[in-house]
Amino acid sequence: MKLRDLSDLAFRNLREAVLRNSLTTLGVAVGVASLVAMLSLGVGLQQLATSRLAKSGLFDSIFVTPKTNLRGPGGGPPATRTPDAKARPLDADARAEISRMPNVVEVYPQIRFFTEVRYDGKPYATMVAGMPESSKASGAFDGMQGRFFSSPNADEAILQAEFAKELNLQTSSLIGKDLVLRYAERQSLGAPAGNSTGSSGGFSVVPKEKHFQIIGVVETEPASGFGGFGSGRLLIPLPIAETLRAAQVNDLRDILRDSSSDKPTYASLTVRVRKPSMVEETEKKLKDLGFGVFSLLDVSKSLLTFFRVLDLLLLIFSSLALAVATLGIINTLVMAILERRREIGVLKALGAADGDVKQLFFVEAGVMGLVGGLLGVGFGWLIGRVLNFATEIYLHRQNLPGVQIFSVSWALVLFAMGFAIIVSLAAGLYPASRAARLDPVQALRYE
Amino acid sequence: MTELPPAIRLESVSRRYTMGESVIRAVNDVSLTVPSGEFLALLGSSGSGKSTLLNLIAGLDRPSSGAVIANGQDLSKMSSLELARYRRQTVGMVFQSFNLLPRMTLEENVELPLRLAEVDRSERAARVREALQRVGLEKRIGHRPSELSGGEQQRTAIARALVNRPKILLADEPTGNLDSTTGEVILTLLREIQNNPGMTIVMVTHERTLAERFADSLAVMGDGKLLSNGAAR
Repeated sequence: MKLRDLSDLAFRNLREAVLRNSLTTLGVAVGVASLVAMLSLGVGLQQLATSRLAKSGLFDSIFVTPKTNLRGPGGGPPATRTPDAKARPLDADARAEISRMPNVVEVYPQIRFFTEVRYDGKPYATMVAGMPESSKASGAFDGMQGRFFSSPNADEAILQAEFAKELNLQTSSLIGKDLVLRYAERQSLGAPAGNSTGSSGGFSVVPKEKHFQIIGVVETEPASGFGGFGSGRLLIPLPIAETLRAAQVNDLRDILRDSSSDKPTYASLTVRVRKPSMVEETEKKLKDLGFGVFSLLDVSKSLLTFFRVLDLLLLIFSSLALAVATLGIINTLVMAILERRREIGVLKALGAADGDVKQLFFVEAGVMGLVGGLLGVGFGWLIGRVLNFATEIYLHRQNLPGVQIFSVSWALVLFAMGFAIIVSLAAGLYPASRAARLDPVQALRYE
Repeated sequence: MTELPPAIRLESVSRRYTMGESVIRAVNDVSLTVPSGEFLALLGSSGSGKSTLLNLIAGLDRPSSGAVIANGQDLSKMSSLELARYRRQTVGMVFQSFNLLPRMTLEENVELPLRLAEVDRSERAARVREALQRVGLEKRIGHRPSELSGGEQQRTAIARALVNRPKILLADEPTGNLDSTTGEVILTLLREIQNNPGMTIVMVTHERTLAERFADSLAVMGDGKLLSNGAAR
């Protein structure tokens, strides 16, 4: 029989027992809805976590140090204690070379230094951190008072809220005001006479001042890469921080190191790549260049594994509802066989092959799966929307930015539909085979 | 003039059923030939095996031994798919209880064999109308079986059996559920069909008087065996 005629007969049969078939289809819809809701929750949470982490710069960043460093930041793996044959200084040339590497989008040093801030005639000791332009996208500045830096070279400062409160409890009144930064500028000294070792002559520290305009107050402690700006309480644009040439902790190490170069060296550089998946390859290249490297690649992999396991568990639990629905389909179709026994006999007497009867029941099961799948996807999407809305309201009341914890992608919709149809067809397998095997003579005698 | 080959030939056909340890011989070593274009009435009391024999000729059942040759094809050697095709193309069946599908209109009931035979939709409507005209029910085309009398339902069943233009029409007690007047109308219709377009008809009945009036030949069965076979008049 042609598919159109099969579908026509199947729809007619389904309409005959409309209540029973509707309830069975509703069962499939509930199963699919739970599948869609659970999986979209898993995917939504994963997207939320990965987007937040990606924004934080933790998973697309590599922390690069000279190989002679004793230990990487954050308890990272110890670097070699003895200078490697391939080890090279982390200086401006190295920074430029790394910037030119494929997939690298940004290379910047960690600049943090102690300073004294003068505001309203009073001194305040604090830590200054240079912020790269890219940190704006980290999400840490979302919901801040005021605004982000107008340009990378603007003499503007953003205060961490706790520090801002030390200056004035009414933090909003600080915006637009000026403050003075007093810092120690490093000035290189020439090589001492008679020094044949080629080492530098060290540096002197000169007190300097610079005016900044306060343009914002941020609640969180912005981090960008795991060198982090977490401890920075006064944030200024990174290019400005670099031009200050403020003395940092690693300057003491550099003065002791044997160096014939006048170029500034960095204690560390943060290298950002285009995608977290490119971290591993770039790390290898950086190692080959002779630098120590550290990233959260393994942590990122563990996170991915965690979400894969979570998705699998959600799939298993939500599939239980669909499994119950398949029992409903089997029950409905077996009932239909009993009721339509004589009809099956008539069809066979009129020339229907076993395959025609089997296909008829298959199409009926498939239609229940398709309609149930469509309804289920709709219900699942609706559940997601309602819960997203409720979450937004809840977070809004907690003064937190809204998030989307459900994500229903087209891939998920297609997967759920396909899954519903396949499961329904599988459920129709036994009834369809049973109907096809009916002896027409016995079926025609059935009253 | 060359003689036409027989429409149906049964060669020592037996059909046995096993129930527990006992074997029931529903049809026992029956040999019978039905010439093309003949109207044969199969007579016998209940349980004589006449309906079983009809089912074997219809390809709904298979013989335990012997050969059923219809339209030159040995049904006992056919696969179930080939038997289904034989039922679609070569035979039409009419039942005592009409066996129309109650939720379908007359048009849809009559169209069913055409759907199974995958006849083009464009051709179906004309053939359904033609079949219903043949039985005088073209004006009831949109009605459901429950809206018809018993005689009209049986005429619809005949239209359904004819719509695929079969060579053999098999009728199992077609007048069994009808009063005698309506029964005569149905048999008159079958007789007309036999003459035009020329069809072989095998009818199972237990009404000897009607069989003698309308059939060309009679075959009488008893206890699964063919007791007699000869001309009706």
